[in-house]
Amino acid sequence: MRKVISFLLLAGFVFYFATLTGGLIIPDSSADRNSVGLDILSRSAGETGSANAVTSVVVLYRGFDTLGEVTVLFLAALGVSVFMKSTGEKRKKVLDQSFILKTGSRLLFPLMFLFGMYIIAHGHLSPGGGFPGGVIIATGFFVILLTSESVNFNKTLMSVLEGLAGLSFIGLGVVGLLGPGNSFLQNFLPLGEFNTVFSAGIIPLIYAVVGIKVGAELSSVVYAMKESK
Amino acid sequence: MNGVLSISTVLNFGSAGLIVLGLYIVFTQKNLIKMVIGIDLAETGVNVLLVSTGYIKGNTAPIFSKTGLQVSSMVDPVPQALVLTSIVIGFGVSALALAMIIKLYEKTGTLDTSKIRGLKW
Repeated sequence: MRKVISFLLLAGFVFYFATLTGGLIIPDSSADRNSVGLDILSRSAGETGSANAVTSVVVLYRGFDTLGEVTVLFLAALGVSVFMKSTGEKRKKVLDQSFILKTGSRLLFPLMFLFGMYIIAHGHLSPGGGFPGGVIIATGFFVILLTSESVNFNKTLMSVLEGLAGLSFIGLGVVGLLGPGNSFLQNFLPLGEFNTVFSAGIIPLIYAVVGIKVGAELSSVVYAMKESK
Repeated sequence: MNGVLSISTVLNFGSAGLIVLGLYIVFTQKNLIKMVIGIDLAETGVNVLLVSTGYIKGNTAPIFSKTGLQVSSMVDPVPQALVLTSIVIGFGVSALALAMIIKLYEKTGTLDTSKIRGLKW
């Protein structure tokens, strides 16, 4: 019975989907359907100095939205920490990992960290930015936490880093509000030379802050998951 | 093979398939972890659909990496920026759901929704 109902629901959904997209089999569009996108593309390079138009949308045109996104991520991490708060005794000794695994993960960690930094620093030049870079850094921590049984993971330092990063995001926005642009998250730095690492005003700064925040947050999530019973 | 199926068609079928598969899992499975996997699948389908709305045939990524790239030869950046947000929110949802499931398993000792009182479907 349940399967029949869900089948009917899904068939209805497919019909709705097909009407929404104008049929399942459609030709590729050859013109820009969306004037907002065209407008942003033609203005973003001059206005924000960022070679990557997606980054200029995420960080500047929709910067307030990104602040909300960071807040949602923070709330999720907070929720996980609350749920995973270890009550009572620590987990029993985990499986002793092999020497190769432990050494390999320690060898891998600096490389992953460096790659994450690279992704964060080049967010305005290539696909990437604070969110993927932060996730890559957190993956490095994840590998270390999974393979070694006792890690000196400083949870306080991570919380402080995370809080400071969130504050600096808002601080950068407030500086834009007080500056000549008079609006929240307005660029107040010189744009620099187009398509170089030190360009695009506050975009690399914001992405660095976001990267630190995401990396610290996700590392704490992984650590909380590991430390709970 | 050129011209048999447009890329928008392929993306449409892919996203519809992912969403339907994910929703089917959510509707029919009783295991909570499988339900979270279903939600993730459906979400991936939605992201694919969003990106495909910005696709324009033959155009490049919206990055001015070389001089001489024309605005008219780029795809729409707005859906891509929205999908970036959507992926992060999806991560938060899955992480929170899994943490709740771990707690629920500690409390009840089972992942089966039909065996957990107060969670009957």
